[in-house]
Amino acid sequence: MIISVASGKGGTGKTTVATNLAVSMGTGVQLLDCDVEEPNAHLFVSPVMEQSETVFTAVPEIDKDKCTLCRKCSDICRFNVIAIAGKIILTFPELCHSCGGCIAVCPEGAITEIGRDLGLLEQGVFSAGDFVHGRLRIGEAMSPPLIKKVRERIKPGKISIIDAPPGTSCPVITAMKGTDFVLMVTEPTPFGLHDLKLAVEAVKLLGIPHGLVINRSDMGNDDVWQYARTENLPILMEIPFDRAIAEAYSRGHLMVESMPAWKGKFQELFSRIETLSKAWENRN
Amino acid sequence: MKVAVTSKGKDLDSEVDPRFGRAAYILIVETEDDTFKVMDNSENVNAFKGAGIQAAASVGDSGAEVLLTGYCGPNAYKTLNAAGIRVANDVSGTVSEAVIAFKSGRVAFAEEANVDGHW
Repeated sequence: MIISVASGKGGTGKTTVATNLAVSMGTGVQLLDCDVEEPNAHLFVSPVMEQSETVFTAVPEIDKDKCTLCRKCSDICRFNVIAIAGKIILTFPELCHSCGGCIAVCPEGAITEIGRDLGLLEQGVFSAGDFVHGRLRIGEAMSPPLIKKVRERIKPGKISIIDAPPGTSCPVITAMKGTDFVLMVTEPTPFGLHDLKLAVEAVKLLGIPHGLVINRSDMGNDDVWQYARTENLPILMEIPFDRAIAEAYSRGHLMVESMPAWKGKFQELFSRIETLSKAWENRN
Repeated sequence: MKVAVTSKGKDLDSEVDPRFGRAAYILIVETEDDTFKVMDNSENVNAFKGAGIQAAASVGDSGAEVLLTGYCGPNAYKTLNAAGIRVANDVSGTVSEAVIAFKSGRVAFAEEANVDGHW
């Protein structure tokens, strides 16, 4: 079972929920930090890293001796990676989405694939099982191919928890798509609710069962509860705005370790997710 | 010679569009007689990425030797440079005023992009 933890707005507590949930499961869990632009789950679960590899994405290289400037490659590219400027063919590999279209249409066989360094994929072990994360290369703008590589490490049959990036664009879709449940973490503020609505709309389009965790639940206003009622979104957990939780977080400690009473609550959260996910399967 | 000017409208009295890649129109003006052709740039206005690159390639195809515009980013500049087009940034006023300024040698040519790329 794959659970992705998403939010819309950043800083609502995705990593807090993902890491505490993972550790509460005891053993046999996979925790995958797909927030590759700024991975931080490792700070809380302190994995021992065992493997590290550089991940590349394919970009075109053009053999200028073979190129006849026919423009077929430049015409097919939706991202303007290849430009013909007078008698010169230029490439902008940082814009490439690795679709392979240019290679397929080139009648001269002048284009080959080379790799663009996207960043690192690291894997290790932590107290509850396997840990995997991606670290996007500084300066790289495209995270989805690295997120896909992190997800390729998912082992079927395990409980896999994905810490997704914030937002509602390609990176978070890449992290959520095809997962069995999306746990959405929000906070009762106008910003939190605004971005939650966008994220909920995205999850609906993906057709994935989902539920809410409301973090800092005793601040802000009641709008998020009203929204949840209107949308029929189950609220699976509430975490108060508690100084002890903030202090544990700021030291890189897990709630479930510094306040063991939370462990049972996270285990209960998992069983509620399991129940909802099964109900969804039976319904479809 | 031909000069490309980014424009908000389709005639010489239109204001210079400060954007290059996503300018509404690009006018290709013949400096000998002030005749001009209108390049509709609307496809690039809505491009996902690389609007500047595409616009630069089109300016290259137009036969223009000079570009007068407001801002030009690094990828557009690189493409224009490869096409042998000189770029004058920070141009404002109407298209015809820009062309007059160019003819009288009152525009400064850039050695590099004058804005950062954006994603």
